[in-house]
Amino acid sequence: MKTLVWVEHDGTAVKDATLAAVTAASQLGEVHLLVAGEGVDGVAAAAAKIAGVGKVHVADDAAYAHALAENIAPLVVDLMGHHDAFVAPSTTTGKNVAPRVAALLDVMQISDIMSVESEDTFTRPIYAGNAIATVQTSDAKKVITVRGTAFDKAATEGGSGTIEAVASQGDTGVSTFVNAEIAANTRPELTSAKIIVSGGRALQNGENFHAIIEPLADKLGAGVGASRAAVDAGYVPNDYQVGQTGKIVAPEVYIAVGISGAIQHLAGMKDSKVIVAINKDEDAPIFQVADIGLVGDLFKVVPELTEKL
Amino acid sequence: MKVLVPVKRVLDYNVKPRVKADGTGVDLANVKMSMNPFDEIAVEEAIRLKDPARGGGVTEIVVVSIGEPKAQETLRTALAMGADRAILVTSDTKVEPLGVAKILAKIVEEEQPQLVILGKQAIDDDNNQTGQMLAGLLGWGQGTFASKVELTEGNVTVTREVDGGLETDSFTLPAIVTTDLRLNEPRYASLPNIMKAKSKPLAQKTAADYGVDVTPRLTTLKVVEPAKRTAGIKVADVDELVTKLKAMGVAK
Ligand SMILES: Cc1cc2nc3c(=O)[nH]c(=O)nc-3n(C[C@H](O)[C@H](O)[C@H](O)COP(=O)(O)OP(=O)(O)OC[C@H]3O[C@@H](n4cnc5c(N)ncnc54)[C@H](O)[C@@H]3O)c2cc1C
Ligand SMILES: Nc1ncnc2c1ncn2[C@@H]1O[C@H](COP(=O)(O)O)[C@@H](O)[C@H]1O
Repeated sequence: MKTLVWVEHDGTAVKDATLAAVTAASQLGEVHLLVAGEGVDGVAAAAAKIAGVGKVHVADDAAYAHALAENIAPLVVDLMGHHDAFVAPSTTTGKNVAPRVAALLDVMQISDIMSVESEDTFTRPIYAGNAIATVQTSDAKKVITVRGTAFDKAATEGGSGTIEAVASQGDTGVSTFVNAEIAANTRPELTSAKIIVSGGRALQNGENFHAIIEPLADKLGAGVGASRAAVDAGYVPNDYQVGQTGKIVAPEVYIAVGISGAIQHLAGMKDSKVIVAINKDEDAPIFQVADIGLVGDLFKVVPELTEKL
Repeated sequence: MKVLVPVKRVLDYNVKPRVKADGTGVDLANVKMSMNPFDEIAVEEAIRLKDPARGGGVTEIVVVSIGEPKAQETLRTALAMGADRAILVTSDTKVEPLGVAKILAKIVEEEQPQLVILGKQAIDDDNNQTGQMLAGLLGWGQGTFASKVELTEGNVTVTREVDGGLETDSFTLPAIVTTDLRLNEPRYASLPNIMKAKSKPLAQKTAADYGVDVTPRLTTLKVVEPAKRTAGIKVADVDELVTKLKAMGVAK
């Protein structure tokens, strides 16, 4: 089987989520990549070095600069004339593009796979990860998105893919990029951080979040996450949200501070290797999944912890 | 202009899902079912867009649900919130997002809405596909994962929740929008409105009426519970926690 993998990038570098998608795709057969964007020679060169990659299709055009699904989908559909599967990471871009491609190919997408059982059978989480379904597709072509935390990352060196330019399909004209507010984050990305410190509603406001959670994260070189309640209340931006409808993370250590442990939150972090919970309520559901629990007032214990580490 | 809002009946988000012992799925017998939370947000947004101050000239909201006859309750909830009319499409088999999108495309043809607002994902199957698929089938723009929607003459500008933060894109109408959690806080239907909703029009259709083949493409071979985590230990104080973390190599 020949698969086409969507390369998620920021214009200069290949994003980690792509590497997990490559690993999943390699379990299906030959791996080709699609790098779409404007001025993406560097990304294409980096993509060609990913271990196990065959061809790298490069579509360099202004129409692809912001990965608008309306423009990307026809490009992918065209390339799917000679590929058997389209595989994208479960990033917001992957989730935006892949179903549009699936509909145009008349294929039912398999979302967020956790394993490849065979060429046509996969496992995927349903009900916020409270159940794992094994599904088999009867579609001749496959469209799949991949849960990043469920697959190892392919090595970024060792490959020798051949780069091939593909013609632009142009701009459909129905969508226009206006602007983006992408926070410059100097911390490790949540989806690949080894340690994450997350804060919840208990922090009460943005200042407290900043003053209590961040020093601990700095001390540990950790990424910073949050519950939905903390995001909704405006303590931190939306891209901090961990959970069923936010980011799925699986670090070595996840430290939940003042988070109750609603199933929607657990859905995003319960595959972490070690879970540490700090909560003043000894009956908080988070303690049912925590490997190490500390019952206490976060305003007292977290600063003390930061100091003693 | 008309807005179409597809709403799905799902296991209530407060209920802990239980996998059936025979491994065929999640037990939905005698458990509370509700409107998918993202679809409540979609209905709410459509209602707010009716406000002349929002500038879009929204005059009618049509809600649609595809599923078992009981989805009627979900539609009545949407009508009680403020939607004007409903279409129930029943099907004997479970309809996958691709089939749902195809039925919705037919309804769009009939109803000619300028905007379709869906939820970004149904919290049962967590597919996150239907809106994008519908947009693909219709050749329309798709403002997915919306946290802000601005309607102007012939255009919708959508602020989208993306991995790194927020992205704003603009789409020519007609267009698709899918909702994220922070778009709005849905209202509760008041008792008088629940009473009023009982007499609002609700059309009954079947998938066959639309001539769409909804035969599933995916077969669920089995459904299992994920590996369970068990509660670990509780430490007495910060010093003990520090010792544990150091032993794990988390800190020096
Ligand atoms: C459709 C849908 C999708 C959702 N998706 C997500 C998602 O992706 N991610 C997510 O996180 N949530 C999600 N939620 C929301 C989820 O249901 C919970 O509401 C949310 O996770 C609660 O956040 P929290 O734990 O911070 O707040 P709370 O539940 O209010 O918990 C606060 C906790 O802090 C503790 N506390 C208070 N003060 C202190 C103190 N001084 N010291 C120590 N502990 C203290 C309390 O004991 C409590 O346990 C979703 C909900 C819905 C309906
Ligand atoms: N059976 C259905 N009936 C009505 N709307 C649906 C149905 N299935 C999905 N939708 C809509 O599509 C959105 C995304 O669902 P999904 O792609 O299944 O995650 C939902 O939030 C609904 O707005």
